[in-house]
This record gives sequence, C-alpha cells and structure tokens, in this order.
Amino acid sequence: MLTKYLFYFFSILAIFASVMVLMSKKPIHSVLYLTLAFLAIAGHFILLNAQFIAIVNVIVYAGAIMVLFLFTVMLLNLNIAIEHQKSNLIKITAVIAAGLLFVTITGATKKLDIVYNHNQVVTQIGMVKNLGKILFSDFRLPFEVSGILFLSAMVGTVMLGKKTGD
Amino acid sequence: MEQTINIIPIQYYMLLCTLLFVIGVAGVLIKRNALVIFMSIEIMLNSVNLLLVAFSVYHNDPAGQIFVFFVMIVAAAEVAVGLALVVMVYRHTHSIDIDFLNKLKW
Repeated sequence: MLTKYLFYFFSILAIFASVMVLMSKKPIHSVLYLTLAFLAIAGHFILLNAQFIAIVNVIVYAGAIMVLFLFTVMLLNLNIAIEHQKSNLIKITAVIAAGLLFVTITGATKKLDIVYNHNQVVTQIGMVKNLGKILFSDFRLPFEVSGILFLSAMVGTVMLGKKTGD
Repeated sequence: MEQTINIIPIQYYMLLCTLLFVIGVAGVLIKRNALVIFMSIEIMLNSVNLLLVAFSVYHNDPAGQIFVFFVMIVAAAEVAVGLALVVMVYRHTHSIDIDFLNKLKW
C-alpha cells in the first residue's frame, strides 16, 4: 500500500515541479523547481528498484547539469532581466497543441494490450553489480565511444566559450 | 517497495510520462527564454528515461536501463555545448530571448 502512496506522491511532485518550471518568472526559480522534478523522478527510479539509474540521475542531472544551469543564470545575471512574454494567442495555441499531443499519445497507447507475468519475484536487474557486468561486457564499444563524445563536447564548449578576436 | 510491479500497472507510468513530456513540449512552445527552453528539453528527456526504465523493469530486461545511461551521457554533453551557445548568444545580443535570433528564419 505504501508503494501506491509513494507512486502518487512522486508523480504529483514531478508534475507540480515541471509545471512550476514553466510558471516561474525568474529563471533561478525555474532551475530550483527543475531540481525538485529530477529528485522526484529519481524517487520513481528507486520505487522501480533501478538503483544505479537513480543514483546516476541524482549525480548527473540534479548535480552536474543543475550546477551548469545555475552558473549560467548567475553568470549572465538574468535575475534582474524582465522576461518578455509571448502573446496570449500564442500561449493558448501552444497549450492546445500540447493537449492535443497528450490526447493523441494516450489514445494511441490506450488500446495496447500489455500483459506481464505479475507473479514474478522482485527484479534485481537495476543493481549496480548487474548493470556494471552488462555495461562492461555487451556494451563496451558504446561506453568507450561516449568517452570520445564527452571529449569532443568539452573541446567544443571551450572553443565556443573562448572570447572571439583574441 | 518489494512489489511495485504487482501494484502499479504500466499504464500509470505511460500516463505520467506522457504528461511530463507534454509539459516539456508546452514549455518549448510557450517560453521565449532560451534557458527555460533548455530546461523543458531536459524534462522531456527525463520523462522518456522514466518510461524506458519502467518498461525495462516490467520486461526484466537490463538493456533499457543501459540505454537510459547513454541517454544521460548524451544529455550531459548536449547541455554543456548548449549552455556555451547561450552564453555566446548573450555576448552578441545582450539577451537570451530567442525571438531575436530570427536571421535564419526566412
């Protein structure tokens, strides 16, 4: 029963935080609400017994990416800038379009007949030991390539961040 | 925590993830601040991650969680480059309003 309540709690928290990201006027409030949304999603991962992904989510998203966002907000001193809003017509159109997308996806997936074996024991695939074995055996090449991707991203960031005209 | 699979149907996760994804789409369409648009993209990525992990657990297949790990790696690289671009745009226009960046539009 506790699982059900936790599921609803994390779901409502994630949706509330995501909506507040869009409703906040100041970018720094958006960043903080986004951190809350990421933590709620990490709670969902723990609920699903995917502990490795939960920890990586907290470290990478709630840690590294949020620090990058916070640095950018503070570096650009955006808090004093008043954000220009789009016109109400565009807002209403955007919300209607997003709602239609929601209806389409839910309608398309509603008829799916997904049947699972509901008597299985609790899965252990999300543990660090299990995922690490697979990551370093079956997925060696993508893992190494992602290292190269990070290197190229770092080089690109440094090149973009360099002052032009030096 | 022992029997999440037995209690929560997968349809609930699909509904929740669709809702989060749609919120991200609405954010991209509504906002003019480039930073908030980036955050909306992160919300969309995270909702897809959650659904991938849910299906991976319900199918008892670890490949889905590995894929989520790679999605996170690509997202981290993307955010680093994207925020560098935002800083560069701010240096040129002294604003991060994306409606000023319409030179390539027509």
